[in-house]
Amino acid sequence: MADSGVIDGPGRKDEIERAKSEGKDLTKEEKQRLRKEKKQQKKIKEKKDDKASQENEKEKKPVTSAAPASQPPTQPTVQKAPSAVPATAPVSVPASEASVPADKPTKTKAELKAERRARQEAERASKQTKKGETGQQAATSKPKAPPSDLQPVVKRLPEHIQVDNPDVLKKLAKKLERQQTPEHYAAKKIPLRSDYGYKVSLFSHLHQYSRKAPLTQQLSIPSTVIHPAIVRLGLQYSHGIVAGSNARSVALLHAFKQVIRDYTTPQNEELSRDLVNKLKPYISFLNQCRPLSASMGNAIKYIKKEISNIPSNCKEDEAKNKLLNCIESYINEKIILAGVAIAKCAIEKQKISDGDVILVYGCSSLVNHILCKAFEKNRKFRVIVVDSRPRLEGKEALRRLVQKGISCTYVLISAVSYILPEVSKVFLGAHALLANGYVMSRVGTSQIALVAKAFNVPVLVCCETYKFCDRVQTDSFVSNELDDPDDLIVTRKGTTPLEGWENESSLGLLNLVYDVTPPDFVDLVITELGMIPCTSVPVVLRVKNVDQ
Amino acid sequence: MELQAVLMAAGGGSRMTDLTYNTPKAMLPVGNKPLMWYPLNLLEKVGFEEVIVITTKEVQKAMSTDLKIKDVKMKLDVVSIQEDGDMGTADALRHIQPKIKTDILVLSCDLITDVALHEVVDLFRAHNATMAMLMSKAHEFTETVPGQKGKKKTAEQRDFVGVDKSGKRLLFMANEADLEDGLSIRKSIMRKHPRMLIKTGLVDAHLYCLKKAVVDFLTENKSISSIRGELVPYLVRKQFSKTVNSQKLKDDTDDQTQEKNDGPLLISSRDEPLLQLAQERSCWNDHRGDMSEAYHGGKLRCYVHIMDQGLCCRVNTLAAYIEVNRLAPKLFEEPSVHPSADISERCQMGSDSIIGAVCHIADKTSIKRSTIGNFTTVKEKVKVTNSIIMHGVTIEEGCNIQGSVICSNAVIGRGADLKYCLVGNGQHIEPEGKS
Repeated sequence: MADSGVIDGPGRKDEIERAKSEGKDLTKEEKQRLRKEKKQQKKIKEKKDDKASQENEKEKKPVTSAAPASQPPTQPTVQKAPSAVPATAPVSVPASEASVPADKPTKTKAELKAERRARQEAERASKQTKKGETGQQAATSKPKAPPSDLQPVVKRLPEHIQVDNPDVLKKLAKKLERQQTPEHYAAKKIPLRSDYGYKVSLFSHLHQYSRKAPLTQQLSIPSTVIHPAIVRLGLQYSHGIVAGSNARSVALLHAFKQVIRDYTTPQNEELSRDLVNKLKPYISFLNQCRPLSASMGNAIKYIKKEISNIPSNCKEDEAKNKLLNCIESYINEKIILAGVAIAKCAIEKQKISDGDVILVYGCSSLVNHILCKAFEKNRKFRVIVVDSRPRLEGKEALRRLVQKGISCTYVLISAVSYILPEVSKVFLGAHALLANGYVMSRVGTSQIALVAKAFNVPVLVCCETYKFCDRVQTDSFVSNELDDPDDLIVTRKGTTPLEGWENESSLGLLNLVYDVTPPDFVDLVITELGMIPCTSVPVVLRVKNVDQ
Repeated sequence: MELQAVLMAAGGGSRMTDLTYNTPKAMLPVGNKPLMWYPLNLLEKVGFEEVIVITTKEVQKAMSTDLKIKDVKMKLDVVSIQEDGDMGTADALRHIQPKIKTDILVLSCDLITDVALHEVVDLFRAHNATMAMLMSKAHEFTETVPGQKGKKKTAEQRDFVGVDKSGKRLLFMANEADLEDGLSIRKSIMRKHPRMLIKTGLVDAHLYCLKKAVVDFLTENKSISSIRGELVPYLVRKQFSKTVNSQKLKDDTDDQTQEKNDGPLLISSRDEPLLQLAQERSCWNDHRGDMSEAYHGGKLRCYVHIMDQGLCCRVNTLAAYIEVNRLAPKLFEEPSVHPSADISERCQMGSDSIIGAVCHIADKTSIKRSTIGNFTTVKEKVKVTNSIIMHGVTIEEGCNIQGSVICSNAVIGRGADLKYCLVGNGQHIEPEGKS
């Protein structure tokens, strides 16, 4: 019985003997080693393929079949090395069979099973070798595909967080090439913006652009490939002239209105399909100027849906008017009226009461609006504005509030634990609300929420429903935005200690834009649908989807 | 669709009449290419497909025969104006107003530069500016100019240019000639921009991006005749004028007429409320420290891009012409010797010389740091140093030409010795002539 286990391949002998002597199933390392050796001796095995399978069958019969217990170890061995040389199956099966101590199962069924399985393996393996070596190599080089015990549900990662993978970058470049607008068959395509500077390794999967290398450098000047309104918008995004979730969405919709106005349907095309294709390169362009925000994403989805819902018998002018009205009503409902409703909600439900000391962070258009409205309704409160570098957006918020007449205090975020004992409520704005209840907002917001929680100060987040998005994220690393690292450099009297930072190999500058706050730190979310807890976000999303 | 290019090529070259009395300024050869080829090349490189060229009939004729201009792939829409009529650049714009459908980029034909044009246009686009222009730090001319005894600095009137602390927004522009006793700056400007940098050593490149509204404004205000002289200072002043900024209703008839004049200037795009909304919601401001909103609420904005590196030269004097002949060929990677030139082996040619097409250069000649035009014949034993020789010139044997400019179709007799001379068109220099 022991001898029958030994077959071809001198290398095999030692392993199998060892296994036999130990009387155990092949251990993990041994299985790995086996796999490696099989890969190396592929060609030899090919020839002996047929011989082995023939021998195997002969051997199986006299040899007692392995107990069912040994089957599971056989399975993983066999399956983990899919590219295994045909002899694997016959080798491992007899090995395990051999390793099993004198177990004389009279289960002929098991024997037959083993035989069948061995035959199947042999056939499969022979098919693979016929396909060629490349197939085998590909199969082994994909560590992602888990052992076929689990059904692989490989989720595709979005491109914008795979910047360190050169294949993804190549794909992106190709995609931009393909997205040229139809009339320009020449080499006029949307340019690819290149990354700048050393990226900190934790965030090397994200893009980092420099403001001094705008995308317009690579475009022709009377821009024909991309509508001038979109070029202007892209420039305003990358320079930060239009910043803030609401402002960006409104500006985007304004630019789309101009695009729609200037659009003419080409011959033999339908407006509903062609216009959507026209918008795709513009969206890629804007994405490269500055990564799209969740609110912009939702607005784009809405427009695309409206465009594709235009009936084909509709005349062009009518269709255009309809679209322009849709955009107007979207802005009106989701942004302007939502803001009004949220302010009303906050003020009437006594979220801002007399004698309150309210802490705000950065410049959120919605929070500023609420505070101004509350002041108009003669509520007596004062505001503490917390600010952080490098954007120093708090200064703008401070200006707007003081202009109205609200008494304000201004601190930097490093002083937040000093000032919190005075605070009665914290109002935060949000960039997006994620489907698991996390709040994505300007970097520093989670810090404020954390410290507020430690001081037992209620944290209220104000957010319109059009900013709710389907994404799920629990940390700030996986998906974020990297701003221009040169913004962190402070020049005083013409000199700066960070001069020439690019030449320092061990120095990296990181300028993060967003972070996520867990729902445990947020007490309430004020939306135009009412005051909801953070965890009700998926419910709202579901209701929205049902409506559409 | 976004920008239309307009090239002003009708100028007379009033400051270099010696060169221009037979050849119009736009066709003067620089590095063996006509002067107006350079701005056309700049526009073509950047991606323009059409240019409106405003020029005289003479230049139009010359353009149709010139090979280099025929090489230009863009569509040139030539508009000819009267040569003798005293038409300023703004008058010319008024003349072509029906052709103008969008914002314009106005260039002068005597501009030679390698600026990255997107820098100027980006300022124009990003800030929704009414005007964006290009300026450059002036460089001293080092070559001696023929016809001028010694290095005489011409009493050029200085330009005072005031920019804000970012160096991009144009706050103040005046020429020394217009200022009587001193420079006076309005208080409103100082209040809004407490830090202003005033620069004097800048060269105006005469490259402007103007909104379409400005052209419409020009058709109503017929008194403005020059872009650089009158329109630009007017726009810069208008940024801070009260009528532009205040929102209150005016009962004063004076103010109303003024507003009527400014009406076209302030026409903004449709969907003004949406843009306003976006601006309101945006947390950006161009200045910090006072209570006003972005741009101080002003709708008229002028921007300037100041180049500190690279070539930017306006060829309007003889000194500039000589300087540019030295520098312009370096912009392009072209072989310095035209393939059709016939150069004998025993000719010593320096590496920074340029030889034009169909030239005949005989033996024992020495050509250093010079430009030789097309169809020129240079006979034996001639020494040419530091000179510019235009097309169709014949140089007989034994001549020695140093630091000179020799215009087209001139004939230099045998043995002539020219130092720092300017020889006009079709002139004959006697043999053994000395200068």
